[in-house]
Amino acid sequence: MSEATVGTAAAGVASDTVATSRPAVLGPALKDAVASGIITFLLLLPLVGFRATESGSGPLTLTYRFGLVAVFAAIVVVGRLLLHLTLWRPGRGVKGKAEARPRGALAEAAGAWSGRMIIPAFFLGAIAYPIVSVVLSGGLSPARYWVDLGIYILTYVMLGWGLNIVVGLAGLLDLGYVAFYAVGAYTFALLSTSVPLTDFFAGTLGQDFWPLWSFWVCLPVSGLLAALWGVILGFPVLRLRGDYLAIVTLAFGEIIRLVLINWVSLTNGGVGISSIPAISFFGVPFNADDGGFASLFGVTYDSMHRMIFLYFVILGLAGLTALVTVRLRKMPVGRAWEALREDEIACRSLGINTTLTKLTAFATGALFGGFAGAFFAVRVRFVSPESFTFMESAVILAIVVLGGMGSQIGVAMAAILLIGGMEMLRNLTFLKNEWLFGPDFDPTLYRMLIFGLAMVLVMIWRPRGLISNRLPSIFLKEKKAVSGALVKEGHG
Amino acid sequence: MSAPAETTEAPAPARASEPRGAPLLSVAGVKTYYGKIIALKGVDLEVNEGEIVTLIGANGAGKSTLMMTICGSPQAREGRIVFDGRDITRMATHDIMRLRIAQSPEGRRIFARMTVYENLQMGAAIDGNAHFDADLERMFELFPRLKERINQRGGTLSGGEQQMLAIARALMSRPRLLLLDEPSLGLAPLVVRQIFEVIRDLNASEGLTVFLVEQNAYHALKLAHRGYVLVNGLITLSGTGRELLERPEVKAAYLEGGR
Repeated sequence: MSEATVGTAAAGVASDTVATSRPAVLGPALKDAVASGIITFLLLLPLVGFRATESGSGPLTLTYRFGLVAVFAAIVVVGRLLLHLTLWRPGRGVKGKAEARPRGALAEAAGAWSGRMIIPAFFLGAIAYPIVSVVLSGGLSPARYWVDLGIYILTYVMLGWGLNIVVGLAGLLDLGYVAFYAVGAYTFALLSTSVPLTDFFAGTLGQDFWPLWSFWVCLPVSGLLAALWGVILGFPVLRLRGDYLAIVTLAFGEIIRLVLINWVSLTNGGVGISSIPAISFFGVPFNADDGGFASLFGVTYDSMHRMIFLYFVILGLAGLTALVTVRLRKMPVGRAWEALREDEIACRSLGINTTLTKLTAFATGALFGGFAGAFFAVRVRFVSPESFTFMESAVILAIVVLGGMGSQIGVAMAAILLIGGMEMLRNLTFLKNEWLFGPDFDPTLYRMLIFGLAMVLVMIWRPRGLISNRLPSIFLKEKKAVSGALVKEGHG
Repeated sequence: MSAPAETTEAPAPARASEPRGAPLLSVAGVKTYYGKIIALKGVDLEVNEGEIVTLIGANGAGKSTLMMTICGSPQAREGRIVFDGRDITRMATHDIMRLRIAQSPEGRRIFARMTVYENLQMGAAIDGNAHFDADLERMFELFPRLKERINQRGGTLSGGEQQMLAIARALMSRPRLLLLDEPSLGLAPLVVRQIFEVIRDLNASEGLTVFLVEQNAYHALKLAHRGYVLVNGLITLSGTGRELLERPEVKAAYLEGGR
C-alpha cells in the first residue's frame, strides 16, 4: 500500500497525490492500539494491580488497583492511536515532500492571519477572562481563585515580555532579571511605608494622600530606578557575551538578593516589609466606607473589586510592555537590537553605537521588570528576599525560551502554559482517588518533574520555541513570516 | 591634517576618477597587536580619492587586521591613520563609520535572521531614511538579484547573493571610502567577475574610492589602479596593478595557478 503511494507521489501526478496518498490508516491503527492496550493491561496487572500493604501490626493485606492499570492501558491505547494517526502515518514523509508547496503557502497564510488577529484576540480574551470566570463560578467571591491565577499568570507574561527585550531581541543572555523585579518591588515597598514620606504628605496633601496614591506615584519611580540598575549592570558587562554574560548577570541577581537580606536597617532583612498600602482606584480606596469604591459606584461592597481592579492594572501594564516592544521593534533602536543579536561586529561597522544599544536594551528590559515588581508588591502587600530567588529568573527565562525568543505571542503562551500548568498540577486532587494513587499521593510533589519533562519535550519538538516565526518588522510590499525552520536554533 | 583645506572642498562622493594630491586615507607606521603578538609591524599605505587600491597577501599576513585597524577595532598601538584630513587612529568604530567609511567585512557578516530589506536598512542606519528609497532603487539596479530576494531572510541567500547584500548594505550609507574584505571568498568565478564588475562600474561612474583586500590576486590587481603586497605584517611591494602583476615575486607567490 505504501509502496504504491511512493510510486504515485514520485511519479509526480500532482493532482492525484493528495487523494491516493491517504491510505486506510484508522483500521490498522485502532487494531494496533487496542492490542498494545491489552498487552499493557496484562503486563501491569501483576506489577501494578496488586499491592501488598502492611495494615497496622498484622499481616500483609492485598489491595487491588485495577483502576490504575486501566488508566495506564488507556494512556497506551490513546497514545499509540495518536502516533499512528500523526507521526507514524504511512507515507507521511513522501506526502510531506509532495505537498511542501501548498503546505508552505497555507502556513504562510496562517502566519499572516495570526500576525494580524492573534494579538487582538489575545487581549480580548484577557479582558473577558475575569468576567467569564465570575459568570462560570457563579459570583464574585467564588471567582477569587481564578482571578488571582489570572493576575499571577499576567505578571509572568509581563516579566517574560520585559526579559524578551533583553534576551529575545538584543540577544543578551540575562540570568539575573529577577534583580530588577526586586528593585521595583522594594522601591515601592520602601517608599510607601516610609515614615518621613507619609508624614510629609500628611502635612501637605492630607492624611490619606500617601497611602492612597503611593502606588501610582511609585510605579514610574520603581520602573526608572530599575532601569537605572539595568544601566549599572550594563556597564561592566558591555564586553561580555553568551556564557560569560550569563554568569555575571546571574551573580548580579544574587548580589541584589543578598543585599536585601543583609542590609537589615533598610530592608528589614529576611523578615521583609509588610503592611504595604493596598492599591486604590486612582485615589479611591477599596473599602466599605462612604467615599470608597463601592459607594462611589453604587454597588455593594465586595473585597473582589480590588482583585479585579488589580487584574486590569497588570493587564494594562503587560499591554504597555507589549505595545512599547512592538513599537520599538519598528524603530531604529529596536532594529539595532536585533542586528546586535545577529552580529555585533557588523553592527559596529555600520556605524551603530553598540554600547548605547546594549545599555538601552538592558534599561528598557529592566524598566518593565521594575513596573512588574511594584505591581507584585502592591498585590501581595508584603515583600521579602525569598520572592526574588534565582528560581524566578530561571522561570522567566524558561518562558522566553519556550515561547520562542523574540516572539510576543509565544512568550504569552509559554507563560500561560508554564505558570497556569504548574498551578493546575496543584489541583489534580482526583489522583487521590482510592482506585488511582490513593490518598497519600501528593501531585504537587511531581510538579517540578512534570515541568522539567514538559520543557524537554517542547525543546525536542519545537527546538526554537513555541512560536519560532520571526515576523520582519518592516516589509517591502508584502508581509512574510520567516519560517522557524530557517531560524538558527539556540542562537542568542 | 597635512592639508586641512582639502576637507572643505570635497562636497559630494561623485568625483572624477583621476587621483588627487592629498590621499583620502593614509596609514602611516601602523602597528597592531593582539595581546603580545604583533600582527602589523609598521604599515604605510595611501588611498587617493577615486582610486581602487588592492592589498594582496597570504593567509595570516595581516590583511584583515589592517582593514579592521582602519575601522578602529582593534585600534593601532602605534602609528597614525588619517581619513580626509582627520586623525581617526583613536576614534571609536561607530564614529569612524559616521565619517562615511563603509565596510563589507570578512565573512560578509550579514544579519542572517533579518530580511534583505532590513539588512539594507541597517546599512543606512547612520542617517536614517534621508535618502533610503532612492538608494534602495540604486541597489536594485546594481544587484537585481537582491530585488528578487528583498523579503527573504538574509541567511537563506546563496553565498554570492550574501556578498552582494554585504556590499549593497555598505553602499547604503553613501560612503566616500568603501572597504571590501575578500569579496571573492568562496564564490564561483562567474559571481566573482560580476561583483568585481560592479565595483569597477561604481568607481568609473561615481568615482567611488575602494580599498580592496583580496587573496584572488589576479582579478584584484587587474581591477586596481594601485596595489600593495603585505607579507607578515609589512608592506613589501607597491605599484600600479599592472606593474605588480608583472613582478616575478608576485607571480611566484600569488599567481601560480591562481588564475
